Amino acid sequence: MAEPVRGSGRADPVRGSGWADPGRERRAPLGVWATYTMIAGMWIRSTLAYRASFVMMLIGNFLVTAFDFVVIVLMFSQVRSLGGYSFAEVAFLYGTSTTAFGLANALLGSIDKLGARVRDGTLDALLVRPAPVLAQVAADRFGLQRLGRLLQGLLVLAGSLAALDVHWTVAKVLLVPVTLLSGTGIFCAVFVVGAAFQFWAQDAAEVQSAFTYGGQTLLQYPPTVFAKDMVRGVTYILPLAFVNWLPALYILGRPYPLDLPTWLAFAPPLVAAVCLVLSGRAWRVGLRSYRSTGS
Amino acid sequence: MRLYGVVAAGGFRRYTTYRVATAAGVFTNTVFGVIVAYTYIALWNQRPNLGGYDQSQALTYVWVSQAMLMTVNLFGGGFADELVERIRTGDIAIDLYRPADLQLWWLSADLGRALFHFLGRGVVPLAFGALFFDLALPINPGTWLAFLLAVLFGVVVSFALRFLVALSAFWLLDGAGVAALVSIAGLFFSGMLLPLNAFPGLLGEVARALPWSSLLQIPVDVLLGRHHGWGLLGAYGFQLGWAAALLGAGRLLQSAAVRRVVVQGG
Repeated sequence: MAEPVRGSGRADPVRGSGWADPGRERRAPLGVWATYTMIAGMWIRSTLAYRASFVMMLIGNFLVTAFDFVVIVLMFSQVRSLGGYSFAEVAFLYGTSTTAFGLANALLGSIDKLGARVRDGTLDALLVRPAPVLAQVAADRFGLQRLGRLLQGLLVLAGSLAALDVHWTVAKVLLVPVTLLSGTGIFCAVFVVGAAFQFWAQDAAEVQSAFTYGGQTLLQYPPTVFAKDMVRGVTYILPLAFVNWLPALYILGRPYPLDLPTWLAFAPPLVAAVCLVLSGRAWRVGLRSYRSTGS
Repeated sequence: MRLYGVVAAGGFRRYTTYRVATAAGVFTNTVFGVIVAYTYIALWNQRPNLGGYDQSQALTYVWVSQAMLMTVNLFGGGFADELVERIRTGDIAIDLYRPADLQLWWLSADLGRALFHFLGRGVVPLAFGALFFDLALPINPGTWLAFLLAVLFGVVVSFALRFLVALSAFWLLDGAGVAALVSIAGLFFSGMLLPLNAFPGLLGEVARALPWSSLLQIPVDVLLGRHHGWGLLGAYGFQLGWAAALLGAGRLLQSAAVRRVVVQGG
């Protein structure tokens, strides 16, 4: 199947799926956001059907990242600095990286199921619907419990901001929300590229995890902890350093790794925009090359 | 007995079909191994001999735990998801008809799975770690054998825990919540995030007494030669004690569940 057939009147594929009312048949295709919110809303209602399980999953999601932070707390119960950074500074790195990732994960976290959809052929059903495929895949199985991670990141971030000994300027204050949003954009781009990759390597969802969850773990720690080549890799090749390292080091008044210029602290919005455009392109190439398994 | 051997072989073979997924998993374990290894280097630079490990032992700990992650199934899931689904749909009624023991059946399948993951996802990350980092792997084949036995016992304890979790679906129908909570506890208390010996004070003592320490902490310590002689027997005894208690609890829960089984929408 080359291109999704949109809005073809014959045998409306939407009807009877409980997905949209048949009256929509001849209307214009849904927009990205409308599709996304409709499917996400459906999954939220479905999640809430098993109330006890939902609460446990919410707590679970909160805890799974909280334990990540507990590890850092445990480490600092043994040492006073890590890679030359204090506890509040590492907490700031942790808070910014977890919040940005938590937001991206809440928005697009289901996208790594794409490989499974390619394998079992259920992607075909999404292609014939008159709605953007990316929005459908992203909103699929939308889990409200994912907010647990975001909440946890925000709490640590707030705590670190209270504990940090930083000389705040207007630029630094503004840079905090800018960092969080650009970071979310960069992580979203990584999610989309990972999904596009799964059009070819259907079974390789875990490769994506290496860059998403792995990237988030990496950014929780100061760049001084890692080998120079790794820092180079996440600066020049996969620009994760722009998620939080570069702006955060500016805020903390710390020297940059690799002797990078200071103004790069303000580059994240630009980097995020470029990443999102490129990932959109990768997605379209992936979608166009998609061949149904025919099952 | 032969039946369960066949089931175990089936469990092994089933995972051999996921070749790309296995390669992807090896890649991810390796990436995480590198990231964690550097944080440990930073930590052990500040506190040499933390938890009684020197730096190369700590790095060995990182790479062995990445290699064992899937074998002892620290993230939970695996057969448990399937069993929960069978309970939810009512297919479990068919399983209960079979002339095979439910618990032993799933244990055999899980042992097959564990063996596959040990070979498929264990060897390469450990080899990578040994190549690029300074590890303290034993030369003595006896230590490796003792390690393998500890891994086997760890898999059984891990199975027993997940079996208990899956059976909770008889009461809750959707077992995802409990499964998520238990797998998180497992991740933390197995020593996956930080060696339990590096946990401070009482928390460390509690963590080392919980069943999850059988999954990772004990096998790695056996490999690092921290348990030998009577100490080794004590470590095995700890693992087997938890295995017996948890498998027994699984039996009790299973018989209670069978008495109240309601087949949903058969």
